[in-house]
Amino acid sequence: MSTPFYVSPEQVMKDRAEYARKNIARGRDLVAMCCEPGVLLVADNPSRTLSKISEIYDRIAFAAVGKYNEFQMLKVAGIRSADMKGFSYSREDVAARELANAYAQTLGQVFTHEMKPYEVELLVCEVGEEPDGDELYHIFYDGVVIDEHGCSAMGGNAESVLEALRARYSVDLDLEAAVKLGAEVLGGEAGALAAEQLEVAFLDRGRGRRTFRRIKNGELDALLA
Amino acid sequence: MVDHPLPFFAPTFDPGPSFLELLRRVHPGSMPGVGLSQTSAAAPEIPHATTVVAIRCAGGVVMAGDRRATAGYTIAGRRMEKVQPADDFSGVAIAGSAGPAVEMIRLFQTQLEHYEKVQGDQLSLEGKANQLAQMVRANLPAAMQGFVVVPLFAGYDHRRERGRVFTYDATGGRYEELDFATTGSGSVHARNWIKSGWAESMSADDAVALAIRSLFAAADEDVATGGPDLVRRIYPTVAIIDADGYRGLDDDTVEQRSHELLGGPERGGDGGTN
Repeated sequence: MSTPFYVSPEQVMKDRAEYARKNIARGRDLVAMCCEPGVLLVADNPSRTLSKISEIYDRIAFAAVGKYNEFQMLKVAGIRSADMKGFSYSREDVAARELANAYAQTLGQVFTHEMKPYEVELLVCEVGEEPDGDELYHIFYDGVVIDEHGCSAMGGNAESVLEALRARYSVDLDLEAAVKLGAEVLGGEAGALAAEQLEVAFLDRGRGRRTFRRIKNGELDALLA
Repeated sequence: MVDHPLPFFAPTFDPGPSFLELLRRVHPGSMPGVGLSQTSAAAPEIPHATTVVAIRCAGGVVMAGDRRATAGYTIAGRRMEKVQPADDFSGVAIAGSAGPAVEMIRLFQTQLEHYEKVQGDQLSLEGKANQLAQMVRANLPAAMQGFVVVPLFAGYDHRRERGRVFTYDATGGRYEELDFATTGSGSVHARNWIKSGWAESMSADDAVALAIRSLFAAADEDVATGGPDLVRRIYPTVAIIDADGYRGLDDDTVEQRSHELLGGPERGGDGGTN
């Protein structure tokens, strides 16, 4: 009879965390900012079709970095959960906090019970009636949730990007200033990223029921000019 | 697999971008029409929605509906909104049993939005029309018991760059109408009025006037269709759908447009010569 190896729980968790962190760190960055006209999401993403930012519900958006197939599945699950809730109860009853909790539980369970953790980091944002009602939930691969205030960053260089972002961010930014700031902090020392390198989406505070819209092509060029 | 608070499915069981399939898997009891077809007695007198019209015009389509709901000879509602946006570029109008119809609209709206969010792209107008056909067909058992829902669907087709109008029958049959369509109890009168006034590439403005007048004509001949209510200031629901999307006309605009009827030919027919 072979003797099973003993691996301490500390070691198992550490290995899994390191595995997830290492793979997320290879990804490009993404920033979110709560500002006067709404919540802006800017991602370093050269693809025109494979998006990292998506609409979940009327006032809720989803952004992710890491492994595409994994966050895509989580995105679809979030849309399903939100649409089911909105259909069974009311559109007003769908909230980002609940969705963030559901993501946290899912990621936490996968982290401890499955063969390998999800290599993703998520951001669930909700735009409020006023800027102080905006919500940003940053969810890590192991299920840890952080309720961020004002701005947030994810991806390989999240720390340095967040530092640069915090130094210049203010809630009074207008859309143009916020888009420019996003392009600049994502570009880092190499200078602001060009429009082709960016995926930009916006939860527009004043836009009726569905607040989510993508900013692209001509509009993005004009804002970055 | 551990239990998740989020809905996950095995690949062979995945509902894809369809909200209807999702509902069937997660909450089959919330499917529209459940229970309606099990009634064995004659249908009770439930509210019915009546006349709605859709008219193709230059660059899009105009939809309008009266505001009355009836249950037998009783007025069940005076302010019903029978024309609703289905999504940003299409609208749906209902006639028939009000309860199942309202539920169907809500499901249809959710279905289109759900598809758009999951797939990252909108369905084609034809695809949307077919989705609605499936929902009408799913309602067939209830329709056999008297809870018929016959919607009108219209929208702006980006690929063909024009407005299109679709009608349905209770079995889910879907028919595209070239120029205009009406449904509901007063539809014959409304259709005749539109037929005499419709012109190829008429402006949206003229189509709005024609729609309001046709509903007035229907209300004039059909008890279940509500005419303009000057006392309570209730006027038809009117929407224009074109390349800029769906926009419902506000109450004041429709009121003003309805008042333009006052000098028109509607006074004829019954001692209107004075």
